[in-house]
Amino acid sequence: MAALLPTASAGGAVSAEVPVEPPAGMRRRRWIPYALLAPGMLWLAVFFVYPVVQLFMASLWNPAGSIETGYVFDWSWSNYADAWEMFHVQFLRSLWYALITTVICLALGYPLAYAIAIKGGRWKNLMLVGVIAPFFTSYLVRTYSWKAILSDSGPVVDFLKWAHLLGPDGRLLATEFAVIAGLVYNFLPFMVLPLYASLDKLDVRLLEAARDLYHGPVRSFLRVTLPLSLPGVVAGTLLTFIPSAGDYVNANLLGGPNTQMIGSVIQSRFLVVNDYPIASALSVMLMVTILVLVTVYVSTAGTDEVV
Amino acid sequence: MPRRIPLSPQAQAVLSAMPSRRNVLRGSLAAGAFAVAGGALAACGTKGTNGNATGAQSEGPRCTTQDLSATERKVLFSNWPEYIDEDEKNAEIRPTLVAFKAKTGIDVEYTADINDNNDFYGKIRQQLAACQTINRDIVVFTDWMAATFIRNGFAQKFSPDKVATFAKNLAPSLRGRQFDPNTEYAAPWQSGLTGIGVNTGVTKEVRTVDELLTRPDLKGKVTFLTEMHDTMGFMLLSIGKDPGNFTAADFDAALEKLKGGVSSGQIRRFTGNDYVQDLAKGDIAACIAWSGDVIQLGFDNPKIKLITPDEGMMLWSDNMLIPVTATHASNAQALIDYYYDPKVAAELAAYVNYVCPVAGAQEAMKDIDPELAENPLIFPDAAMQAKTKIFMPLTEAQEKEYQGKFQAAIGA
Repeated sequence: MAALLPTASAGGAVSAEVPVEPPAGMRRRRWIPYALLAPGMLWLAVFFVYPVVQLFMASLWNPAGSIETGYVFDWSWSNYADAWEMFHVQFLRSLWYALITTVICLALGYPLAYAIAIKGGRWKNLMLVGVIAPFFTSYLVRTYSWKAILSDSGPVVDFLKWAHLLGPDGRLLATEFAVIAGLVYNFLPFMVLPLYASLDKLDVRLLEAARDLYHGPVRSFLRVTLPLSLPGVVAGTLLTFIPSAGDYVNANLLGGPNTQMIGSVIQSRFLVVNDYPIASALSVMLMVTILVLVTVYVSTAGTDEVV
Repeated sequence: MPRRIPLSPQAQAVLSAMPSRRNVLRGSLAAGAFAVAGGALAACGTKGTNGNATGAQSEGPRCTTQDLSATERKVLFSNWPEYIDEDEKNAEIRPTLVAFKAKTGIDVEYTADINDNNDFYGKIRQQLAACQTINRDIVVFTDWMAATFIRNGFAQKFSPDKVATFAKNLAPSLRGRQFDPNTEYAAPWQSGLTGIGVNTGVTKEVRTVDELLTRPDLKGKVTFLTEMHDTMGFMLLSIGKDPGNFTAADFDAALEKLKGGVSSGQIRRFTGNDYVQDLAKGDIAACIAWSGDVIQLGFDNPKIKLITPDEGMMLWSDNMLIPVTATHASNAQALIDYYYDPKVAAELAAYVNYVCPVAGAQEAMKDIDPELAENPLIFPDAAMQAKTKIFMPLTEAQEKEYQGKFQAAIGA
């Protein structure tokens, strides 16, 4: 916080030996950083901290209660065990799908971001618009359109059947493939944009220097481009992994009963079954798991050390 | 006949992404589970909404609401999307409501903002429990949610003198239902049948639920509904139990049978009414389906049919209810009564194609569309009525237990 306080101002040259009262102008300005922070902090307190505390409390309610009869708070830690027991399959499946999604997004997004940033030239902005444009339509509509693309009578399935990559009764919808394809499609821009941002800052003279020092293309990529773009990689993977682990739209629309993710479970526990304790316990578990994974990831892939 | 103009496939895809009458894509449209839950939890704390902890029929909150009907000639009506007659040129014009205004001078502010029973109930529950207005004079809930609504004391009783037409013309099969034994809280808006929808262009006829679950040529081409009362009603029928009166053991047995269909891969998905597009495209060959949807699909593609399975069909209703805090109760009852005029009911049924809950409307329909008047899916004949079952009302604890088990079985 101290760093945020104004240390220099019009009267900032006050010498350390003379503990005089700071000039009135400076004293008045001391509260300014706090005032600037206040709206954001208040927002977080009301819309993040309070709900999270509530959620955590709800996860410890006695599961015997109900909306109509009321819930009793009695530290029912067993909710966590029950939630895991009932839904560990969907829980692990979500993390697995999110991981695959992230890897595929990185594999697809990196070359794309690289091409836009380094080779894009005057088409750069147009290409960026191309990445972002689908966002102008609703998430739900875009996911529905995948239903049409992957439909049993659609062109993709027809082609795969023709190429004998799918059996005559094969299908893509309501399979893992469709769910992950939907996730990759929907979260790809979250990978591309941070990657683009860090690759765009890349000084191409460094690549020339690497070539002058007898690095081939592979080594100069691994020793120059990749390390310099690592902040983008970290940001992109986080922005892809976190929302896809909690997503339920893709699983609901493109998946079947055996490909549901934890988001669908939480959603149905809260809104259909009205089982708040278990739903809250699942939400807290998901939040904590992602927090731990992300912390470990960021600290090991810390962009400072990896060169 | 007032039918919707066929749309291009693209337009239909976009529309289907929007909430339609029974869209069960609950959360995705409801700002996500977290947002909703956050609100619910924050306000809920650990205090129940039902003052009466036994969960039995309670008196509910004693709200004193003044009826302003005489001075404010309007009524605020919340309903499901695509559930009322619309003018072909301007969907904002609803002929039956226009006629109502002309007849009574009462202005109806109609909003199609109910997409899901749970979502909508969750939205208004807190306010009703605190006797606050929800700015609505009529809301529409499916039977099981109407039961909860009444049980919690959130519904106003009708005054018999204000709903005389309703009392006279309500179909006999819908009188004295278990959740509203004296027929004084809930007036069916439309009813519907749940049967088997089949695309005969893709597969041969299907006669039973067992075929859906076992026939090899249907593997992965069958969908069931995420709506527990519909799907489990069928499963109970298929193990020879009565959905109107079953035990916990019956439910478990029926659920085991359903789980078999899930693990064998026979059941491709559980759906809201998005099965409509899949059935039309032929991605699925057969499914558990709602009558109004299938009738409308049949207009465009006669190969799509609703079949009455040998086991029987489920009959449900969406009910008009007057919330305790409604300030235009008399106007609301005038509107309810109006829709029980057989002529009006026929006009509505001709447009929405669901089961008409009004006796005498079949006669009136003959003037509008004789073919629809003969359709047993809109006006069930005696043979059809004998085959329909109504899911029994559940207590809150049963609802939670059964929903919990069912949702887990369908993967969520």
